[in-house]
Amino acid sequence: MTESTDRKTWLGLLARAPQGRIASLLSQVGPVPPATDLRRPEAGSVMVQGRAGGTGNAFNLGEMTVTRCSLQLPCGTVGHGYVQGRSKTDARAAAVVDALLQTDHADRVHATVTAPLAAEAAARQKSRAAKAAATRVEFFTLVRGED
Amino acid sequence: MYVAVKGGERAIDNAHAWLAEERRGDLAVPELTTAQIREQMTLAVNRVMAEGSLYDPDLAALAIKQARGDLIEAIFLIRAYRTTLPRFGSSLPVDTGAMACDRRISATFKDLPGGQVLGPTFDYTHRLLDFMLAADGDVPAAPEMPVDPAPVPHVMSFLNSEGLIAQETCDGTPAPDLTRAPLELPAARALRLQALTRGDEGFVLGMAYSTQRGYARNHAFVGELRIGTVPVEMEIPELGISIEIGEITLTECETVNQFTGSKTEPAQFTRGYGLVFGQTERKAISMALVDRALRWEELGEDDQGAPAQDAEFVLYHCDNIQATGFLEHIKLPHYVDFQSELELVRKLRRDATGQGAE
Repeated sequence: MTESTDRKTWLGLLARAPQGRIASLLSQVGPVPPATDLRRPEAGSVMVQGRAGGTGNAFNLGEMTVTRCSLQLPCGTVGHGYVQGRSKTDARAAAVVDALLQTDHADRVHATVTAPLAAEAAARQKSRAAKAAATRVEFFTLVRGED
Repeated sequence: MYVAVKGGERAIDNAHAWLAEERRGDLAVPELTTAQIREQMTLAVNRVMAEGSLYDPDLAALAIKQARGDLIEAIFLIRAYRTTLPRFGSSLPVDTGAMACDRRISATFKDLPGGQVLGPTFDYTHRLLDFMLAADGDVPAAPEMPVDPAPVPHVMSFLNSEGLIAQETCDGTPAPDLTRAPLELPAARALRLQALTRGDEGFVLGMAYSTQRGYARNHAFVGELRIGTVPVEMEIPELGISIEIGEITLTECETVNQFTGSKTEPAQFTRGYGLVFGQTERKAISMALVDRALRWEELGEDDQGAPAQDAEFVLYHCDNIQATGFLEHIKLPHYVDFQSELELVRKLRRDATGQGAE
């Protein structure tokens, strides 16, 4: 999948990964250069907005928890991690992956981390969509009355 | 004279210790985990997230456990926790038209692109207790069928294309935020929607029901109800791009209401809107009905004096944490206040019975 190779896409995949999943995939990458924290993992919130009537003016729907982290590899590459929820380990792992994907390690990290994350996210979505499809109503009309 | 009263520390400590023991219940019964609450009490978790105004299923599950299942107490815990979080910013408005729908139904059109998708609903169940659930049992996997890849457009867009319903357009006004500035009237629709989406489900339901029974009657059809997931996207300054920072489940309800029109403007349906965190359809439908009732002024309708039309009444009373805080504080010691009332009543009685001079 080439889709998960652009930064916006991989950051989105990392943000939505199930808890602990990034670190467990990252551990299979093998030795990676040690990173220095630029902004230590920090949990906070983001105000989610909706639109009146779906397309009208924005309104505040409520907040969601997000954890972020920024770090730097010895080569100077900076990685940013934003993950949903409050896991500092996940945010740091996401930032490490983001940094590595901008280096020579990119192919290996993509194959071991982001490609599986993309496949897993697609499988989760496909399974729910297939269950929803099974509950789609097929109307049929009965002929009634005298003819 | 004010007399400070101290004491009760030991009683309070012991009360809290007993509370913890009662929360745990019979030790012979295995302890409930927060993961079990998150996975198996999902709709309670959703309500706590919606009214706590913080989307985090793990925290909501923990709050429910700590509150012994008292959802308003759990919402209180979430609201309190929320204030400790630094806010990183605001998301871009979510695109509900691109929702991955688990459920999508319309009460106004039978045949529509994307179809009527029931999803995991209580509708059409017989509401008979299922004693099989009292025993542990494996659940068979839900059937799956091939997915129609076609988009699932908003039902309102069909009516829009014919000009039959009022358009919802964006004039770029930034969203006001109840959590940053106190509620002031008149409240713009964006502020009302924020208050309603975090408002108490029971209160909003009661208000919505009152409009159906004739108080500010504006006969509503559910044009569309959809439940599913949407990605949440935010601009990240250090990256210079917007990225997805997560995915949330939402329930959206759009109502088609009685039309307005005049000699100069052709008749058009009007709309109400509900959007709530989680799978929360009773709340989302209620929100849409109350939103519509509160729009009477901008739609040029008469003030019928109905409670659901009264923005001050609805918005200042829909928050269950404000309500419960004020309500429950009256059980706390008011010894001095009451003492003065007592003195006053005694004096009035003495005066009335002519025994004033003692």
